[in-house]
Amino acid sequence: MAKILMKGNEAVAEAAIRAGCRLYFAYPITPQSELIEYMAKTMPKVKGTFIQAESEVAAINMVYGASGCGKRVMTSSSSPGISLKMEGISYIAGAQLPAVIVNVQRGGPGLGDIQPAQGDYFQATKGGGHGDYRLIVLAPSTVQEFADMASEAFDLADKYRNPVLILSDGMLGQMMEPVEFKPAKTDEEIEELGKQHLSWCICPNEDGAAHHHHEINSLEIDPTVLEKHVNELYKKYAIIEQNEIRYEEFNVCDDNEVLCVAWGTASRIVKSAINELKAEGKSVGLIRPINVWPYPYAQVANAIGKKVKKVYVFELNTGQMLEDVKIAVCGKVPVDFWGKVGGIVFTPAEIKAKLETCF
Amino acid sequence: MEIIAQRPKALTKLGFTYCPGCLHGVAHRLIAEAVDEMELNNVMCGVAPVGCSVFAYKFFDFDMAEAAHGRAPAVATGMKRARPDMHVFTYQGDGDLAAIGTAEIVHAANRGEHISVFFVNNAIYGMTGGQMAPTTLPEMKTTTSPYGRKTDDIGFPIRMSELISTLVAPYYIERVSLLSPAEIIKAKKAVAKAIRYNKERRGFTFVELISTCPTNWGIDPIKSRDWARENMLPFFKIQCFRDKGEGVE
Repeated sequence: MAKILMKGNEAVAEAAIRAGCRLYFAYPITPQSELIEYMAKTMPKVKGTFIQAESEVAAINMVYGASGCGKRVMTSSSSPGISLKMEGISYIAGAQLPAVIVNVQRGGPGLGDIQPAQGDYFQATKGGGHGDYRLIVLAPSTVQEFADMASEAFDLADKYRNPVLILSDGMLGQMMEPVEFKPAKTDEEIEELGKQHLSWCICPNEDGAAHHHHEINSLEIDPTVLEKHVNELYKKYAIIEQNEIRYEEFNVCDDNEVLCVAWGTASRIVKSAINELKAEGKSVGLIRPINVWPYPYAQVANAIGKKVKKVYVFELNTGQMLEDVKIAVCGKVPVDFWGKVGGIVFTPAEIKAKLETCF
Repeated sequence: MEIIAQRPKALTKLGFTYCPGCLHGVAHRLIAEAVDEMELNNVMCGVAPVGCSVFAYKFFDFDMAEAAHGRAPAVATGMKRARPDMHVFTYQGDGDLAAIGTAEIVHAANRGEHISVFFVNNAIYGMTGGQMAPTTLPEMKTTTSPYGRKTDDIGFPIRMSELISTLVAPYYIERVSLLSPAEIIKAKKAVAKAIRYNKERRGFTFVELISTCPTNWGIDPIKSRDWARENMLPFFKIQCFRDKGEGVE
């Protein structure tokens, strides 16, 4: 299939539909509005459901209901809207439902602004909603990756019965890049996908089959039962931590004098700076976590070569993933940080200038 | 031996955990009887609220979802859209539906979602221990209106059936009461009609059931029914607000 020039917001919507998503509930917010508009336009053409909900809260609870029926369902929003969804996300995690949530991050806190930012890393990877739970969090750095992550997110959600968050930002949402899509799933394939959930989801009793009573629920009033439930969740999270570490190494080699760690939009700017330094004979590596939960702690530690004097973290926030990098590095070498906030994106020249001080 | 009365199949064998004299058990039974009579046991599903009936998902013997506080109509929307072959209802109390979940119920009704909503109004928060509800009557004492509900401070009770009646889409809206056997028989007809309309894909149906809370009102079960009759029914009038199936607009 030929490549198509598309905005990230539209590409992830198209990819989700191709991955078998036939239910989408959301509320308009900048800078993700092209996503909801693409769904409004396209869902009717594939006999899918599109609802512009009355609120972010309602949208995520519609997701809870549809996901409880074992169907591939998605919602999307931008930072302030994701905060509103956090109640529902906690319930979805507690009830172990597969669902996909897209966050096209903007500047915060509060209403902040509508420019790209990475300030929701803590919210996405450390909780956000109440209670002990984890989201699988995928962080794209290109429009192509943003699109590819839609189908990956649905597969992971189905596999682990866990909500998956795609943590992008206003840059990736608004930027146009060439995208190549995977073939669309057929109606038969989508129906087959739904069958994997029939043992627990809300579904009709087949004639002649034993009568079932499935409960979609996160309430366990007996503390010993809740303890068991939360411990079971943690066993699942441990398996996800074993299986789903994903990262990219860029120019990581024995000559590295600095190792950078950056994710999403920030990482592609760091790559440009590294290429420029390489031309000047200065060796800098980059490790880019692709999944930011589970986090590649061991891989970050292993990427620190013998000549590395410093690990440098660059983010579009005031240092959030920085804390995970410090856990990974564990004092082996100094960890430095530089970030930009307010929705202002740093330039390759600025990153290069920061890295040059290390030589 | 002929069986003339038995536990509906649509209820699980689990005994209700409600307070003595509570009418939730009656309301549950009415829904279950209607499901049995229409033989919808294999295609029925429901959404339980937060409140005293939070465990309703354990009591109905078909698939159930437990929603966050007030969100049942949104959850039911997702369920019905995902499984149009199933019949979906929500069961909600006054705090759930008329306070924290006001947006969800108004907009599900306004979309004309093909769901049935059973709204149990007893003018108080039961599960949390007797706090003021959006339907608490003027001057009524609760733990958070210890000097009586002052309407110049906190406003008047919300009449949800009337409020929903201002919307164009809803197909059937009726307020009934559970205060005597005769009223329960009438309530049963309304509950069954709401589910039948749902089955026939007519549109959004809403039945408000006026109930009691002997425990938190501090009135014994029999007298609490008299209290409700004297105090609630003048404000919350028993009425069919809309029945498009029978020309009531």
